Amino acid sequence: MITLQWLYVVAGAAFAGFAVSSARDATNPKRWGNVLFWGLLATSFWFGDFLGDIGNGLLVLALVGIAGAHLLGKGHRQSTSRTEREAFSERFGNRLFLPALIIPFTAFVGTLAFNYTPLKDIGLIDPKSVTLVLLGLGAIIALLTSYAWLRPALKTPIDEGGRLADSIGWALVLPQMLAALGAIFAAAGVGTTIGALAASIIPHGSIILAVILYALGMVAFTMIMGNAFAAFPVMAAAIGVPILIQADGGNPAVIGAVGMLAGFCGTLMTPMAANFNIVPAALLELKDQHGVIRAQVATAIPLLIANIVILYVAGFRL
Amino acid sequence: MNYLPLLGIALVVLGFALRFNPLLVVAVSAIVTGLLGGMDFLKVLGALGHGFNENRFVTITYIVLPVIGILERFGLQERARALISKIRGATVGRLLIGYLAFRQVFAALGLKDIAGPAQTVRPLVAPMAVAAAERQHGELDEPTSERVKAMAAATDNVGVFFGEDIFLAIASILLIQGSLKGFGIELTPFQLSVWAIPTAICAFVIHGARLLLLDRQLRGGAK
Repeated sequence: MITLQWLYVVAGAAFAGFAVSSARDATNPKRWGNVLFWGLLATSFWFGDFLGDIGNGLLVLALVGIAGAHLLGKGHRQSTSRTEREAFSERFGNRLFLPALIIPFTAFVGTLAFNYTPLKDIGLIDPKSVTLVLLGLGAIIALLTSYAWLRPALKTPIDEGGRLADSIGWALVLPQMLAALGAIFAAAGVGTTIGALAASIIPHGSIILAVILYALGMVAFTMIMGNAFAAFPVMAAAIGVPILIQADGGNPAVIGAVGMLAGFCGTLMTPMAANFNIVPAALLELKDQHGVIRAQVATAIPLLIANIVILYVAGFRL
Repeated sequence: MNYLPLLGIALVVLGFALRFNPLLVVAVSAIVTGLLGGMDFLKVLGALGHGFNENRFVTITYIVLPVIGILERFGLQERARALISKIRGATVGRLLIGYLAFRQVFAALGLKDIAGPAQTVRPLVAPMAVAAAERQHGELDEPTSERVKAMAAATDNVGVFFGEDIFLAIASILLIQGSLKGFGIELTPFQLSVWAIPTAICAFVIHGARLLLLDRQLRGGAK
């Protein structure tokens, strides 16, 4: 059965490749920091399950140390120039989109085929990670297609991928690190403490006030934790269920669904949701690390107000 | 009740505000929170390592980087720009509204991973948006071009966040169902996911209006 483990092997190979290409990049004054960083990440993907918890913890500390001591750098190694790229773009035309579209297309057709044909039952792919496996498969097919068609040098993909990885830098592992932080917050009981605090400041008797505090609580806790998934069980236990549903008789489906969506408005406004907000800024090489968040605030706040209105009207007045 | 671990949250907020390296901030906060929560150092270190190892799937998307890198080398971004500059009437607003609708509809069908910052925004959507903006406005100064690119990434997020919950089998719907079930409230995923529709419509209207506003601002500043 194809499981996530297979994908980890592929990803480990990609990171190892980035390490090799960094080592060869003499234009990067801090290249050995990059080599170590990508090398450790490759180690984690290949051997993480054999290192033990403490071993993995030390690996994490090493990654953090490299990033925290500013040992990661960017080279300015030569890819193709703007003029060359425009010439290529003319020569290959719109067919250039095809390899890029292979990735989403494989994920799309593959997911449909997996869910609606007997493919599900033959046990080829682990059902828990179908989309990710198909994403990996799509990337591999796209890579082979590009090789066959564009005939780049054998090392080109790792050099070009390494160039992109170097421009993302430490932000690439931040989402994974935040997930680990979430686990520690849970183990230390941060969620239950916040829930108890929130419950203690809720005034009884005013539905609209309780709705507003529930929504704002979802937003605040989501912004702290970086995702609404961690916030929902806490706010549901503190306000959503005991006050809005049980005491005030609100519609549980609305309180649940729209409460979560209020939390998503918080996700749009926090650097802790690094994979949505910080990584894209790095990928697009924005000068302002928080540029994506700035672009989202003016959507998030009106949408939060809309969610509060929906919670109140659909939850209590319909 | 032990309030001390909350200091870990304060550390995160402070660290981000003071612009320390976020990786460092998160690791320090994790260790401090664990220690204040009564774990000893080795246990915290183990928990951090375990959490990191168990969540490797979060970082998997970057296996697309080599492909995207090759295609960029052979002019993918330039092609995306050329395509947009040939379409008459293409504007940043219309382009991104189209992408927003695409993202919401496909996320609602359970296909949220078919697009994303690495797969679509960097190689396709952002260069198209910049090309469209240049047609509307002429040469872009740096703040404007940064804003257009940031808006492309923002549109991707808004589309996927406020489309995905309409799909029945998405993690967040199952989480809501599971959490409420713990209180004896039985709901089907369908009952929950229909209530994602009003917010999805509001998100489309609000973000779409902002995109049209961006068009007007670009036109207003045209030479």
